[in-house]
Amino acid sequence: MIKSILEKFSLEKNSSVMLVFAAVVLSAPIWLTPFGANYPDLLQKFAIFGIFAIGFNILFGLTGYLSFGHAVFLGVGSYTAVWVFKLFTMNVLPAVMLSVAIAAVFALLIGYISLRRSGIYFSILTLALAQMSYNLAYSVLTPITSGETGLQLSSEDPRYIDSLLGAGVQEGLPATNFFGMSMSGYSGFYFCAIFLILAFYISLKIFRSPYGLKLIAIKSNQKRMLYTGFNTRPYLLSAFVISGMFAGLAGGLMAATDPLAGAERMQWTASGEVVLMTILGGSGTLIGPLLGVGVIKYFENIFSALNETSLREIFNFLPDVVADFLVSITHVFVGEGWHLTLGILFMLVVIFLPGGIMQGVGIFTRYYKKKMTELKSERSVEKGKSQ
Amino acid sequence: MDALLIQLLNGLDKGGAYALIALGLTLTFGTLGVVNFAHGALFMLGAFCSVLFKQVLTISKKVKDESITFFDAYKEQPYLEIWWGDTGAMIIDYAVPISIIMVIPVMLLIGVALERGLIKHFYKRTHAEQILVTFGLAIVLQEVIKMFFGANPIPMPAPDIVSGSAAIGAALGLSDNLVYPWWRLIYLVFAGVIIFSVFAFLRYTTFGMVVRAGMADRETVGLLGINIQKRFTIVFGLATVVAGIAGAMYTPILPPDYHMGMDFLVLSFVVVVVGGMGSLEGAVAAGFLLGMLQSFASLNEVKAIFPGIDQIIIYLVAVVILLVRPRGLMGREGVMEE
Repeated sequence: MIKSILEKFSLEKNSSVMLVFAAVVLSAPIWLTPFGANYPDLLQKFAIFGIFAIGFNILFGLTGYLSFGHAVFLGVGSYTAVWVFKLFTMNVLPAVMLSVAIAAVFALLIGYISLRRSGIYFSILTLALAQMSYNLAYSVLTPITSGETGLQLSSEDPRYIDSLLGAGVQEGLPATNFFGMSMSGYSGFYFCAIFLILAFYISLKIFRSPYGLKLIAIKSNQKRMLYTGFNTRPYLLSAFVISGMFAGLAGGLMAATDPLAGAERMQWTASGEVVLMTILGGSGTLIGPLLGVGVIKYFENIFSALNETSLREIFNFLPDVVADFLVSITHVFVGEGWHLTLGILFMLVVIFLPGGIMQGVGIFTRYYKKKMTELKSERSVEKGKSQ
Repeated sequence: MDALLIQLLNGLDKGGAYALIALGLTLTFGTLGVVNFAHGALFMLGAFCSVLFKQVLTISKKVKDESITFFDAYKEQPYLEIWWGDTGAMIIDYAVPISIIMVIPVMLLIGVALERGLIKHFYKRTHAEQILVTFGLAIVLQEVIKMFFGANPIPMPAPDIVSGSAAIGAALGLSDNLVYPWWRLIYLVFAGVIIFSVFAFLRYTTFGMVVRAGMADRETVGLLGINIQKRFTIVFGLATVVAGIAGAMYTPILPPDYHMGMDFLVLSFVVVVVGGMGSLEGAVAAGFLLGMLQSFASLNEVKAIFPGIDQIIIYLVAVVILLVRPRGLMGREGVMEE
């Protein structure tokens, strides 16, 4: 009886996976409390970067095309959203929808150009196009992006729709909202979480569809794919655009929770960050990128807050000599040095675990299962002897 | 006319730096077949070797300032000056060029250690994984430098005698307003000398011949009983040295900070790709070409027609060339193709 229910809820089925995923995401404020990560700001970051990494994973994880310019779409999404706030309304829904659409246009353009080549040339093409957009955003496009200061709301913004609907003039800057619901704090997180669940569902659908299989086939052997008569270009381009739209969504949500946009979001090192997250968690797996985001953002939050005094408190229980020694070693890797830790961790993962955390999990479970079957067979042998 | 000449010099100067970095990068491609995203970081390491050298030279001690008589004033005086007087002061003044002597062995050591310790294990992996691990390495190197030297750019003045500008205009019989910094001219000559010597080394020595043969057909060279791997390791060290001294000599032009490597990395990759993967001549030609293009695009007359062109010209050219001539300007068949 229980077995049949369990079989019904197996992870092979999309609906049960989604149920578990939605439950885990929506209850995040509860189960993250013991980890000390239950801040709305951090939760929002988890969700937003989760969407970004899921999108990147659709391109890199499935097709193996390593793009170093994905942050452009994030930046474009942010700029679009802030402009919608400035021109039309402070309601986030149109802003987010429009930022996805504009990001899709950009992705179509950049994808069309850069997908003409593959391998390292693709990486460098995306890198060059991204750097081009970044430089433009900083220099000539200043009227649109307001350059170094970044695009911000101001009290002189027209906000045509809002003024049409007769929202009275308020003191100070208006806040973003979703039909009256505030976008800061937990309601903001739940807004992002809904999109995260949606994004995960789309990615699950893609992973478990013939379309996804074709993308994987491109990764494993594009030539053979071409010989069998598939034109791979439309598949690649659509995957690129989808992942660009995810990045645009993430950018739009970023602006929705905190209405400003700057060019530094588009820099190629920002693209490098999402690459780091995806690889660390395990590219080509469903959950991997999310794990990567969780680990990086969580430890970033904790490690960069530590300094020498707080380290001293942690090692307080040890004898002074040992504590001094430990503090002098560890303080290099925390606070300002967090990026050093991240770089070392990333290198170790690429060298020893190219499949990321998910590969580690896989190795562990296989080992565990092997041990269990060995134990079982031993027991049955013993039973046979005793009888 | 003056403006054009200045931009020509600027272009050659920028081109020299690009060509130097791209040369090392393409040496790595051509020999080991490894995509090295840490090459920019090696450029930065060279610059900071020079900074370290200068800091060691200027280790000082507090001494009483004799020139002030009203009260007891103290000033920092480097030991070198205390020991050797004017000679010491001169050595400190010439810290940047002299630091080359230290940069070469240090960078060679770093290069060989990197190759044996890390890069060696990535020959058989995909290019994407090579990019990722060297990208991680670049982050680590940059953060280590930030830890020791801080986040701010460190000024590294050129020797006093060449800190001013050369009156080129007067020398050429043009207007007297035409001046150009001495050190930039020196850097241009220096880049030319380094590029020339790398080419000469590869062309006229037996070692270079073996390396070139290995680049063309690695297996056959191996079958002839030559340990090509060992030579390629040394070539990686050589590429590191070229990047390092390029960085060290660049310090008076651009005060080094920890992320200068990342800034140069994208540019140097673009240069290599435009020149053609694995083609040394291509890298040098593309370096100078792109340097020129960039400096001429920053002329006001050009900017008036195409606003912002100076910011994107390099990338624009790279994209067009990659799409029109997939192998780059001088790429050979079969090197680093998909």
